[in-house]
Amino acid sequence: MQQAIERNVSYQPVIGLEVHVELATQSKMFCGCRNVFGAPPNTLVCPVCLGMPGTLPVINRRAVEFLCKTGMALGCDVAPFSKFDRKNYFYPDMPKNYQISQYDMPLTTGGSVRLASGKRIALNRIHLEEDTGKNIHAGTSMAASEYTLIDYNRAGVPLMEIVSEPHIATPEEAEQYLSALKSVLSYIGVSDVKMHEGSLRCDANISVRPAGTSTLGVKAEVKNMNSFRSVVRALRFEIERQTEALTSGERIIQETRNWDDARGVTYSTRSKEQAHDYRYFPDPDLVPLTLDDATLAQWREELPELPLDKRDRFIAEYGVSEYEAGILTEDRSAAEFFEAVARACGDGKQAANWMLGDVRRSLEKHSLTLATSPVRPAQLAELIRIVAAGQISGKAAKEVCDAVVAEGTDPQAVVAQRGLSQISDTEAVGAMVDDALAANPESVASYKGGKAKALEFLVGQVMKSSRGKANIDIVRELLRERLG
Amino acid sequence: MSSIHATSLPTGHALREAIRRRERSAEEITRAALHDAESLQGPLHAYIRLLPERALERARRIDGLVRAGEPLGTLAGVPVAVKDLFCLQGEFTTCGSRILENFRSPYSATVVEKLEAAGAIIIGKTNMDEFAMGSSCENSAFFPTRNPWDTTRVPGGSSGGSASTVGARTVPIALGTDTGGSIREPASFCNIVGVKPTYGRVSRYGMIAFASSLDQAGPMTADVRDAADVLEVIAGYDPMDSTSVDVAVPPYASELPDDLHGVRIGIVAEFEASIAQGDAALAALYKQAYKDLERLGAQLVEVHLPHAQYGLATYYLIAPAECSSNLARYDGARYGRRVDGDGDVYAMFDRTRAAGFGDEVKRRIILGTYALSTGYYDAYYVRAQKVRTLIKSDFDSAFAECDVIACPAVSCPPFELGAKSQDPLAMYLMDYFTIPMSLAGIPALSIPAGYVSDLPVGLQIVAPAFHEGRMLAVAHAYEQATQHAAARIPAVRSEGARAS
Ligand SMILES: [Zn+2]
Repeated sequence: MQQAIERNVSYQPVIGLEVHVELATQSKMFCGCRNVFGAPPNTLVCPVCLGMPGTLPVINRRAVEFLCKTGMALGCDVAPFSKFDRKNYFYPDMPKNYQISQYDMPLTTGGSVRLASGKRIALNRIHLEEDTGKNIHAGTSMAASEYTLIDYNRAGVPLMEIVSEPHIATPEEAEQYLSALKSVLSYIGVSDVKMHEGSLRCDANISVRPAGTSTLGVKAEVKNMNSFRSVVRALRFEIERQTEALTSGERIIQETRNWDDARGVTYSTRSKEQAHDYRYFPDPDLVPLTLDDATLAQWREELPELPLDKRDRFIAEYGVSEYEAGILTEDRSAAEFFEAVARACGDGKQAANWMLGDVRRSLEKHSLTLATSPVRPAQLAELIRIVAAGQISGKAAKEVCDAVVAEGTDPQAVVAQRGLSQISDTEAVGAMVDDALAANPESVASYKGGKAKALEFLVGQVMKSSRGKANIDIVRELLRERLG
Repeated sequence: MSSIHATSLPTGHALREAIRRRERSAEEITRAALHDAESLQGPLHAYIRLLPERALERARRIDGLVRAGEPLGTLAGVPVAVKDLFCLQGEFTTCGSRILENFRSPYSATVVEKLEAAGAIIIGKTNMDEFAMGSSCENSAFFPTRNPWDTTRVPGGSSGGSASTVGARTVPIALGTDTGGSIREPASFCNIVGVKPTYGRVSRYGMIAFASSLDQAGPMTADVRDAADVLEVIAGYDPMDSTSVDVAVPPYASELPDDLHGVRIGIVAEFEASIAQGDAALAALYKQAYKDLERLGAQLVEVHLPHAQYGLATYYLIAPAECSSNLARYDGARYGRRVDGDGDVYAMFDRTRAAGFGDEVKRRIILGTYALSTGYYDAYYVRAQKVRTLIKSDFDSAFAECDVIACPAVSCPPFELGAKSQDPLAMYLMDYFTIPMSLAGIPALSIPAGYVSDLPVGLQIVAPAFHEGRMLAVAHAYEQATQHAAARIPAVRSEGARAS
């Protein structure tokens, strides 16, 4: 009977995300080692980040600044007084066998991430900690390997943990949350947010509960998701797994599960980790962190306009659609490029059309990005202006755009070099039109006889005799006038 | 007999002046110190390792500077010893433990660099209780060190090797560290001056940690002037240590008076009650010391430290808690000893730590792990921190009434080897008079105050934070007036003299 009832219940997921972001500081969190990705193993290490006896940590002010700016951008409360704690557990990639993190006094609390849809996902906290090294197993896991090598280059890299409230309703919303967050982080320049390089990592807490109820179910912590796509897939899998378990009367246990991207499943890690008591206590090697008002005010001052604010402003200021504005503001430098073009040519709509159309296609064709292409906003603005002035045809404009994007040459120079200038002078075009009318009396007759298509033939003749340079709109207009 | 001075105490400042005046070379002094250390290693076992090549090479460099008429540092050519928990680049640094037996440090501690920059010649690394945990130097993983005043007795600990070698007059200066009394108690036992500076006064970078919020490095010296010189050299802010404090370092050595007129000295009522219940001779010795201070012009005032009695209990929660975390890094994965065998990496960690740590270290790691555990953290660690604050405010109130405090450094003269090693609590009680100052983070020193049954005893002088100068000034006046240390020769010396 109980079973039967449960079968009719529909379950809804409750999702919270923990996002770890490596901060793009010059040096590591507590030592002077360089913080870059991809160096040969164990070349970016020193006694401090190797946890050698007698070494001490020194806080990287820049990492604190980056975290605070993130918090400010997300509307968090920044704590003027916070501290660092030690999280104690044994793991071979952690040189001190404790991680310096923040436990009960994180740098920021509250705040929210605004999704493109307008919904806001509340944040619990953002705190600062140090990253661990990397285990490189000879086999598939530590247990299955004859040996494991450890690369400590990443040990001590500043890591910011952004913890959301469990307010995410669907896997798709989780993806929107991540992409909104990623966009904000890259806008303020605190991280290069590359999930495949591990500079942005995401763990999910997920549980399901009968629709309409408010008690939280037992959650699973899902790890090892290496792309936005795998986050969505892993969450879908978990919803299905948990729903099925509950419907068939099983009990969900609180556990950590790893996502296996190849098999498309999550599996229980059954690691020793779960039994850990981290024995947090304030790190006696560090003094509490105090931030004065002037510093905080200055950091706030330095914050750039955020992606969704920019999107809204573009809609209002340049008359572009929400969809276009969304794409234009995905990347900060692209958005700034667009705005420079729009301002220089005075036509935001056209600027958006070009940016999202021909410029984009040319970039793709030449395997370039706005950053690697030599094109400058002023050149695109100029192109838009000369098209509007009728100096070149739409077809020629595409050719000019491609050259400008690929080579960075000024549009006028391309037009001159390639002879792409359009004849818009009414007298000159009029002479050509008259010639065409004289040479094709039968077409004139059939047009006058009601065959509208004959006009296009005449247009074609004029274009042919002008070798494509006549302004087609003027040709058509003059023909109509003369035949009228 | 090639010891530096057979009868009079060889001070660092006297040696420095002799080198400056070209009466003796740094090399000659260094050779003598090395030879003496070696010949006393048998009876004392003060050193884990001597560094003859390094020392002589540096001594010759000092002699070169002297010949060239170059400016000389405060400690130019003075032989010193350092406790074997100060990292010295390229040299073994064992911390008295099997787990670091084969560890060579890739860098040097800030204090060691400062000492060498001032011209000091490090002749060796001294023995200690493993990871600085102990009060007798019997917890060294290698061998116990003995007291130069009676080789059947302990030199105190944990800086026992440093105290023993300075007490034996092999070197005038050694570096020790003090967490709950590890400089002051052995200084008292070996009849030398031992200074624990204010927490944050001296950099901890490169000093292997026991309890981070308590550990401080400090001088262990032949006399107060040497202590002042060394403190001036090693003190100061270090960007590598966030807990070091950016407070100007005064010229301690140039402010050492001979009388105590206008100085108010606090006598701690609770401590006096405690000492009165113990050894009568010891109680009498301290009474005499206070009288001597008064005779020098000081005004004695009674002060109270009502929470000091909880010091020991507080300390044995905070220090083990920090140590349990600090010592987690010794797992065999990156450096030091590793015990390979069957099983996974955690099995290797377990084997390595089981074989690498001694009993006392394990005891404290277990204590600390327990105190930090969920469910106990608030009851133990958090509560201990609250009591620590109370002890600190006791001192604040006391210093409203006096300039410095004078009190016992120890509750007994040096005891025999093995006497307390089976009773950890009795051993912990050795730090009864020194722990409150450590918890309060304030400076304190021990200075020779006389003898009980021919065994040396130290008097403790305590000052408010960053007032080491005041404390050294009182100690200097007392030392000049009493000359307790200078009055006698350590037994190991006279026995040695008899033997040769
Ligand atoms: Zn480093």
